[in-house]
Amino acid sequence: MTETRRDEAIERALLRPVLVTGPWFYITVGVLLAIIFFGLFQWSRQARLGIGQAGMNQPVYWGLYLVNYVFFIGISHAGTLISAILRLTYSEWRRPITRAAEAITVFALVIGASNVLWHLGRPELIWVPLIHFNLLSPLIWDVICISTYIIGSITYLYLPLIPDLAVLRDRATRFRGIYRALALGWTGTPKQHARLERAIGIMAIVIIPIAVSVHTVVSYVFAMTLTPMWHAAIFGPYFVVGAIFSGIAALLVAMAILRKTFGLEAFFRPLHFNNLGLLMLTFACIWLYFTIGEHLTVWYGNEPEEVAVLSSRLSGPFAPYFWGMVACCFLLPLPILAFRRTRTITGVTIASVFVLVGMWLERYVIIVSSGSFPRSEFMWDRGVYSPSLIEISVTAMEFAAFALFYVLFAKLFPLVSIWEVKEGVEQAGVVIDADEDVALAPGLVEPVQS
Amino acid sequence: MKWGMAIDLDRCTGCEACVVACRAENNVPVGGPENAARGRTTEWIRVERHEEGTFPNVRVEFKPVLCVHCDEAPCVAVCPVAATYETPDGLNAQIHPRCIGTRACAFGCPYSVRSFNWSDPSWEAPLDQTINPDVAVRWRGIMEKCTFCVQRIRRVKDAAREEERAIEDNEVQPACAQACPAEAIVFGDLDEPESTVARLSESPRAERPLEELGTGPRVFYLRGDDWRDRD
Repeated sequence: MTETRRDEAIERALLRPVLVTGPWFYITVGVLLAIIFFGLFQWSRQARLGIGQAGMNQPVYWGLYLVNYVFFIGISHAGTLISAILRLTYSEWRRPITRAAEAITVFALVIGASNVLWHLGRPELIWVPLIHFNLLSPLIWDVICISTYIIGSITYLYLPLIPDLAVLRDRATRFRGIYRALALGWTGTPKQHARLERAIGIMAIVIIPIAVSVHTVVSYVFAMTLTPMWHAAIFGPYFVVGAIFSGIAALLVAMAILRKTFGLEAFFRPLHFNNLGLLMLTFACIWLYFTIGEHLTVWYGNEPEEVAVLSSRLSGPFAPYFWGMVACCFLLPLPILAFRRTRTITGVTIASVFVLVGMWLERYVIIVSSGSFPRSEFMWDRGVYSPSLIEISVTAMEFAAFALFYVLFAKLFPLVSIWEVKEGVEQAGVVIDADEDVALAPGLVEPVQS
Repeated sequence: MKWGMAIDLDRCTGCEACVVACRAENNVPVGGPENAARGRTTEWIRVERHEEGTFPNVRVEFKPVLCVHCDEAPCVAVCPVAATYETPDGLNAQIHPRCIGTRACAFGCPYSVRSFNWSDPSWEAPLDQTINPDVAVRWRGIMEKCTFCVQRIRRVKDAAREEERAIEDNEVQPACAQACPAEAIVFGDLDEPESTVARLSESPRAERPLEELGTGPRVFYLRGDDWRDRD
């Protein structure tokens, strides 16, 4: 068994999704595009006839668009935090999953930020903050932090992609010119490797504070107002925790789908689901701690304006959403994740779906319940929020666009970092029986046992 | 100069003449019952009905609520494009052409006195013939609110400057104050100690709405004593 043969096998397995395109690819893209075009068509009605086509009103000025904004930007924390922290701690098992995570960051961020366009009363003026901006406004903090994060996360996705782009430049059948341009003349010399590792190392450190700042200022959009149950110092860390929590869940669901559809079972292994499942379990506990902390202080403080919102969540019109959130974020995933017997790929994936639903509900509860019960009691029975068809279609469009971005990314670039997996296998000194299909051999990317 | 207002709740009968006058003066569109049912009406001033006690010992208080033109306005801070700002004479103004419709100011405002244009304004005939040429009509997608009838303030200011004199007390009359049959609404300069509004604001009957939030509202509500005691 030579090193060359082993490397060749890894390359072959990881390039297969890029090089081989089956009918299901076109079917998936077609379905996703149909959902996206339906969403765009619905939104064009809103653009033509006005924001009044959405279900919002006075006092619920913010609705599904803002819910999706917070949700998707939360999802985007998967890539950075997981990838950067695991890189910095030299966790060997990270190697096959970092790119899938980093890709989530970029796509979720772009989709999250797009909600601003759907949300604005005058979307044609979305450029105005570039020339008239008020630095005191938390919305401008969002603009600054999110644009920094988009640039940073694209860089952070791109850097580790360079050696693989060079492989594609040499082996791809289509778009070779693009791969050549993007590969920046990578030849794999030790000097190039040293520079790349250094750049990735710097980005991994820089991106962490940026990521934390992003979801902190997203929460400040709410927390800086005097609105009951938004005006809380806990909101910054609460949102960051929720973001990482939902981000892990999104990564796990994506991995579960990708390993089946692109034949990556050898790379996204039970070990990854186990480890990430444990991380998600930790975050479920932190999430519960923050949630109890937030609601208990309000209940104990017993200020009428705050309690009005609280009771709307505990027993009022938002109770189904609130308790659904508690169930999906904690009660249902906890037993699945806590026991080794159920912490299987299927179990962890089911728990992740619960967490995603629960965290979406959390954003809905936070935004709409506080919106419905403002400080002025006179406003309470004015407008009841129920999303219109346009808002629901746009929401579906966003999920479809997220999936489409992922599918196209998988078609253009290897979803698992080829050079990092090779490096890991080499360092681990894995011995593989020469007769097996080495790329799919068990133990190929098993971590270093120390 | 800081414009301010005093509203005597013991005088207010809840007739809503202020509401009608405000609509006519400021081209505030008439939403109609359908929009009202959906929470989609625009209003710069509203009369809230507050009931105290339980039957049969019930007391009803009517409270005209409008933008209180805060000293430290939370709506000004949160607007990303600075479409809402504070003028030197203490008005919280809205630049309609600059507003992009984030609706952040609506959540910034703890008084819920900002209205959003969910659709283009319309007036049923013959109301469409009553548009006030002094005030721009606002279009869909932007936020609007009480201006303390800034057009009337400007007119008086210009006249006073032309005649080289100071603005007299009670010379500026916003539409709501002018229309109030009970003379419950008094408008003027809070920085002028002798003005009616400044004296009323010092009254032991005066209180500022949600004063504990530190927004420094410049609308004062008077209540408690017999209204005939007013000097």
